[in-house]
Amino acid sequence: MQSARLIEQPPGYAVSDLRSEQEQARALREAEAARLRAEHRALVARIAGARDRAAFAALFAHFGPRIKALMIRAGADHAQADDLAQDVMLTVWRKIDLYHPARGSVQGWIFTIARNARIDRLRRGSARPYEDVEALELASDTPDGEEGVLSSEICEHVGAAIATLPDDQRTIIEYAYAHDLSQTQIARRLELPLGTVKSRMRLAYGRLKDRLEELR
Amino acid sequence: MNVLHHLDDATILRYASGDLDEAFAVVVASHLAMCPACRRAVRLAEELGGSLLEDTEETALAPRALEQVLARLDTPAPAPRLAEAEPGDVPQPLRRYIGPRLDDVPWKTVAPGIRRHRIRTGSASPLYMLHIGPGKAVPEHGHGGAEMTLILSGAYSDALGRFGPGDIADLDEHVEHQPRVEPGAPCICLVATERPTRFKGLVSRLLQPLVGI
Repeated sequence: MQSARLIEQPPGYAVSDLRSEQEQARALREAEAARLRAEHRALVARIAGARDRAAFAALFAHFGPRIKALMIRAGADHAQADDLAQDVMLTVWRKIDLYHPARGSVQGWIFTIARNARIDRLRRGSARPYEDVEALELASDTPDGEEGVLSSEICEHVGAAIATLPDDQRTIIEYAYAHDLSQTQIARRLELPLGTVKSRMRLAYGRLKDRLEELR
Repeated sequence: MNVLHHLDDATILRYASGDLDEAFAVVVASHLAMCPACRRAVRLAEELGGSLLEDTEETALAPRALEQVLARLDTPAPAPRLAEAEPGDVPQPLRRYIGPRLDDVPWKTVAPGIRRHRIRTGSASPLYMLHIGPGKAVPEHGHGGAEMTLILSGAYSDALGRFGPGDIADLDEHVEHQPRVEPGAPCICLVATERPTRFKGLVSRLLQPLVGI
């Protein structure tokens, strides 16, 4: 995440054009991230197609430690975070047919499963209304068609787009997603009025949306 | 369905990051069931979470984690939720609370022309449905906190415009409004409030305990 903050704009030019080592490092990072995303899609396809355990083990090795870190930041102890990482990946295995590559990245999908597990188990709330958007679409009489497609182009630039946010907006996004802080907790931690947190959220999301939808 | 009033961007982020309590999440999810544009917005916001998950530092798993999870792959999954495929006019996320048909809601009259059904959730925020008769106005009220209203059937108008099926009024505490239902048909809506809404004016104040909004 640290190095991602150096990124100022999404890549899209040839390596020979790069002016600085910083930009070169960024291009390498982006290429590596794109390779990983493609690899994750392939692993998911193998699990969906053939219940491939080796593919699952590879996905677990990648996401397990990240989910555990997320759960610890959300207040779990190590044992609980280990359990949750396993539960989330077990849900991935069981619901693999719900993953739809045209609707987003594997990491985005796994994030939503981890989010729901965290609400259910750590917050003692109910994640039931946090429906899978995919499931909502299937049940709706207005199928999304093209409108629902999140191209891999868009998914690949999300990280770079987050890195371009001004510090005060990016911090709020990171607190909300990666630290599991509520709007009120963010306001308290940053010593800001709640309204300011809300308006920065709006600004941040509006900016990201504009940037990413240009790639549509 | 032509949805004109959508979710606030801050709400999209709060839903995607899991910050809404059950009452508000039900209203948002029900709107999502009716609105392809907001579904897309939520997908995009969930990608932010995916990207931050990917970039997060790793915490080593317990030594036998892989072995343990592989051993669990063949254990049967818990029975899936009952197929909620019955025909009906209630959006999917609301069905587990009130069933598939709006006609079956056990309304209670709380004021002339206004009927209410409270929905029990695990969250502190009240969640309820309102059935407001044609041409009726709800007393002008501001909000002690956020209020979210999703129109399921019929329509009302207030200073913010016309709200018909699928439209959501995603309001913060600074907005005051006086919705008036269009003539011809009742308006049925799903409402979550952060705290009991305060009404302006003496008559309205007297109404408040009755309406409970």
